[in-house]
Amino acid sequence: MTTSEKQRTHGMNMDALDRDSGSSELKLSQETPCIVTRDMNLFYGETQALKNISMEIPKNRVTAFIGPSGCGKSTLLRSFNRMNDLIDGVRITGEVNIDDQNIYDRRVDVADLRRRVGMVFQKPNPFPKSIYENVAYGLRIQGINNRRILDEAVEWALKSAAIWEETKDRLHESALGMSGGQQQRLVIARTIAVKPEILLLDEPASALDPISTLKIEELIHDLKDRFSIVIVTHNMQQAARVSDYTAFMYLGEMVEYDNTDTLFTNPAKKQTEDYITGRYG
Amino acid sequence: MKINQEAHTSHISQKFNEELEDIRSQLLEMGGLVEKQVQDAVDSLVDGDSRLASEVRKKDKQVNQLQVEIDEICTHILARRQPAASDLRLVLAVIRATSDLERIGDEASKIAKATLRLAEEGTSPRGYIEARHLGSQVRQMVQDALNAFARFDTAQALAVLREDDKVDLEYRSATRALITFMMEDPRSISQVMNIMWVLRSLERVGDHASNLAEYVIYLVEGEDVRYTKTEKIEKVIRHEEDEVEGNLLGQDQPDKDE
Repeated sequence: MTTSEKQRTHGMNMDALDRDSGSSELKLSQETPCIVTRDMNLFYGETQALKNISMEIPKNRVTAFIGPSGCGKSTLLRSFNRMNDLIDGVRITGEVNIDDQNIYDRRVDVADLRRRVGMVFQKPNPFPKSIYENVAYGLRIQGINNRRILDEAVEWALKSAAIWEETKDRLHESALGMSGGQQQRLVIARTIAVKPEILLLDEPASALDPISTLKIEELIHDLKDRFSIVIVTHNMQQAARVSDYTAFMYLGEMVEYDNTDTLFTNPAKKQTEDYITGRYG
Repeated sequence: MKINQEAHTSHISQKFNEELEDIRSQLLEMGGLVEKQVQDAVDSLVDGDSRLASEVRKKDKQVNQLQVEIDEICTHILARRQPAASDLRLVLAVIRATSDLERIGDEASKIAKATLRLAEEGTSPRGYIEARHLGSQVRQMVQDALNAFARFDTAQALAVLREDDKVDLEYRSATRALITFMMEDPRSISQVMNIMWVLRSLERVGDHASNLAEYVIYLVEGEDVRYTKTEKIEKVIRHEEDEVEGNLLGQDQPDKDE
């Protein structure tokens, strides 16, 4: 295995990565990192869920995590906005740097971190409030109550989440009356209303029908100009469709992390090949 | 990642294994037929056997039909399975290969047509030895390329690519000899030109066989080596051999655990 192959598969270093084949349209070496983890380990009690994760996630790109159930991809995603803090017995070593600051540093304000790093879950979870209030919620928490500012922010967020046309005439109706796909886009609107830098999507479309799924995927594509997006998905075709970079994880390890085009046509590792071609298990 | 010929037999879905195995074996069947067509076409020319030539012309329809059938199965696999990685490369390689095999079939058919023309116009005074020689050379290339496909054998594929350089040389020296002959004896131009076209067809068969060899390398190594110099292709293949040595040295443990 050559040096560049090794870097491509384990703890990839953006500066060092330089594929000479010319087959990759995007090169990580040309990207600006937004999340950088170094030798990160995560334990649930005695069990180690993440092992030595060192990776750089590029800014304004879509990065997908794929892997079988229990491989640690959701755990890794959650560690980017410290959602794992809510679970008892979690211990983390190593660093997760966002904008050159270790987010596990004691001085970090977790509430502010979660504003900067928004998260959307598998099941749409709108609050039992009106559509308008759902989107305005984050801003109200920040103490913004000026009607004009809120109106503008709500409209911007709903438009950005490609759901404005469907909701502009019913902003004050309950969000719970919307379809699952609409609810999920509303939740995305709520997340981006506070203008985060990074969007974490944990299986955002797996509870939705195919058309709603495509709308979410289209939305992801539109949003990546303004946000850095990290998505966890069980649907490999979805990862192939929406992401620029894909990371394959297995048993808590980062097996392979590469340009999505390369990973899905010519993966470097047998484990990756077996998983994406359905030979796994 | 380099793959071997067993790679397409270990999916969770047994049906998928069968489908991939099916296109592979159908392609080899088509290849066998096409190889025979080249052989028969050259034999018909050298022996002046019009009956055999007509048979070659007739069988070309069968070759075309096989191309359509294999392409259709490949289309279904793409639509239903959305293959990735080596599976995707197999399907793409098969689609490309059927197209080249079909073209080889066309060239065989053209040679057979030349046999029929020569039977009418009278035999050519020169060129049969060259045609026989070039014919057996390119037929062997087709056979080797198909074997490389069957065994996922990149070394053999590379040998086919090297052989094509020799074929091109042979072709050039043979045509030069025939041109000289025609200049000395202009009355024979019409007959000798038929042989010239045959040589041209055979040279094209060699090119198509080289394409097949390139698809084998793409399939196995994941590198598209079309329009690439032979030396560079050799490096692509050797790079993978380096990796195998790396494995033996134990630098790549996680792979072995699987």
